[in-house]
Amino acid sequence: MYQLTGVTKHYRRGKDTVEALRGVDLTIEDGDQLVIQGPTGGGKSTLLQMLGALDRPTEGSVEFDGVDLARLGEAKLTRMRAENIGFIFQSFNLMPTLTAQENVETALVPMGVKPAERRRLAVEALESVGLDERLSHLPSELSGGQQQRVAIARALVKKPKVLLADEPTGNLDEATRDDIMGLLEGLWRERGLTFILVTHDSAIAKRAPRLATIRKGRVTVTERVLAT
Amino acid sequence: MFFTYLRRELRRRRKAALVIALGLALGIGLVITVNSASAGMQVAQGKVLQSLYGLGTDMTVTKAAAAQGSTGATGRPKFNFGATTDSKEQSSDQVMVQGFESLPSTVVSQVAGQKGVDDAVGGLSLRVLKVSGQFDWGQVKQGQTTGGGRGGGGAQPPSEVQGGGAQFDVNNYSVYGVDVAKPALGPLTSSKITSGTSFTSAQSNTAVAVLDSSYAKENKLAVGGTLTIKAVKYKVIGIATADSGDSAANVYIPLTQAQTLAGAKDKVTTVYVKATDSQQIDGVKSAIQNNVPGTTVTTSADLASTVSGSLATASDLATNLGKWLSIAVLIAAFLVAGLLTSSAVSRRVREFGTLKALGWKSRRVTGQVMGEALVNGLIGGVLGIALGLGGAYLITAISPTLTASVASGGGGGGGFGGGPGRQAATKALDIALTAPVSLGTIGLSVGLAVAGGLIAGTFGGWRASRLRPADALRRVE
Repeated sequence: MYQLTGVTKHYRRGKDTVEALRGVDLTIEDGDQLVIQGPTGGGKSTLLQMLGALDRPTEGSVEFDGVDLARLGEAKLTRMRAENIGFIFQSFNLMPTLTAQENVETALVPMGVKPAERRRLAVEALESVGLDERLSHLPSELSGGQQQRVAIARALVKKPKVLLADEPTGNLDEATRDDIMGLLEGLWRERGLTFILVTHDSAIAKRAPRLATIRKGRVTVTERVLAT
Repeated sequence: MFFTYLRRELRRRRKAALVIALGLALGIGLVITVNSASAGMQVAQGKVLQSLYGLGTDMTVTKAAAAQGSTGATGRPKFNFGATTDSKEQSSDQVMVQGFESLPSTVVSQVAGQKGVDDAVGGLSLRVLKVSGQFDWGQVKQGQTTGGGRGGGGAQPPSEVQGGGAQFDVNNYSVYGVDVAKPALGPLTSSKITSGTSFTSAQSNTAVAVLDSSYAKENKLAVGGTLTIKAVKYKVIGIATADSGDSAANVYIPLTQAQTLAGAKDKVTTVYVKATDSQQIDGVKSAIQNNVPGTTVTTSADLASTVSGSLATASDLATNLGKWLSIAVLIAAFLVAGLLTSSAVSRRVREFGTLKALGWKSRRVTGQVMGEALVNGLIGGVLGIALGLGGAYLITAISPTLTASVASGGGGGGGFGGGPGRQAATKALDIALTAPVSLGTIGLSVGLAVAGGLIAGTFGGWRASRLRPADALRRVE
């Protein structure tokens, strides 16, 4: 469970100071799906980085399962990311020289999984996203949708508690977008993950049971009851 | 994963990898070539010194230089030819001690008794001047009577000498008295017996001679032939060929024979000294100088400093210009490798940021960068070694001839002993330059390659370690 209290984040940009987040209070329960929406430069990605232990707040606390991430050292933050958080990026962020299977394996390397077991788990993860025929393909040999599936497999192979997706469909066409969102929502339900998604896309936002709108660094949460 | 990722990245960035490797290769190749050329020059210098000293000699002891002019003209050669009435060839040999300076033979045992001296052997260097030719008597011719006439009172015309004169040939050669009991030390060790045999210890006072091959050829002498010096007939038992350059002497004879010829009983011109430890030569030199008065001790190092000519110039060039050029190229190569690696890290910010987001420790990311740089360095090392070996091979194949001039001094063939009042001589040798590559040089190259890789890796690794995943990912948004 996440508990954010008075989270503020300032950046230095040249001589100016940018306030990306201003006193954000937010609670995200285990197994929740939260969609974060807002205009460009509103602080969406900054909030996601706080949740993903990629950055520390200037003020306030970001607690994950009762531990304040802002007070953890770099080594513990790295370990926390390795064990608990799966990331999906808009540009897929796959290693261009590694095959689909090897890309998925990179998520298991910091966990000290033995190579044979790593390979087995990677193949399983790729099968779960429908890419068992593309194991040895390089990212450049895959379509955008396929690359995002590899990224999803990489995020899920270590069985994280939290899945953080930053505009996962931003570089995809409409059909592929629906395909990927269907896959992510299916995995969320199936695995009981906490799923936090940043998007510009109103169509995706409408489907979310919980919507956090962020404008000029301030967050407003809307709860919705969706028809099943 | 480490090696798979490393291999693929190197293949992907092969152009950059090649530039880094080639830069390092150039530096390393230059280091090998310069080092091997320097080694070749040392070998050449060693050959020059060996031709003077012979093998195994660490230093020579000669008589200390006398005050200028003190040697006077007492040793000046004189020739006496008797007047004969018929046209007859005459010949006279003058045998002189080289440089007119000699030491008592007891110095040899004195030197041998010094601390740090393994062995010492004496030698006597002589110069023979042979003048041979003939006088032709002129013919006295009576002039014709002028004004003869009545009473026969004409004046007797003056008689005049017609024809006659002298024709002499001067032959000048060196003779060296060798201690036949100690064949392992002395100037004859710089030559190989190519025909016949060398001296045996039983021939300490036998009229036998070993000739230098050039001298033998010039004078049409061979093993079994006879050479006459000052009316003594020496049987030629062997022909010696100098390992490099000129030989130490034209003729070698047993020491006692040489002493008798020159009238220098119990005298030597040079003492050849072998030290027990080649690292202690300076100490031995001091000991001899202090304990054996009236001597000059000359080591290989002293002699090496007197070498001049193109060998010395090339050696200076390799030592100074070559060394600094290598260092400059290496530094430039290291910097270029470092900057290119660092720039490659900048282009991979998203990649490394993603890996950090996935939970890769900074150490692992840095290790990956260092590993790639190290492999680049090793590739550069292999190319550099190939380049360096090629350069060294080229030098050896071309074998440029270098001339070395060295003062051989009063010791004649037997080493340095120069100083005022001596009969100084300059010995010029032509030496073909080779470029031997030692294992040490190869080891140095591998070390440089690893160092180059590590320096480049440190540049890149430092940059990679400072990347914060959030910044890395933000920069590409």
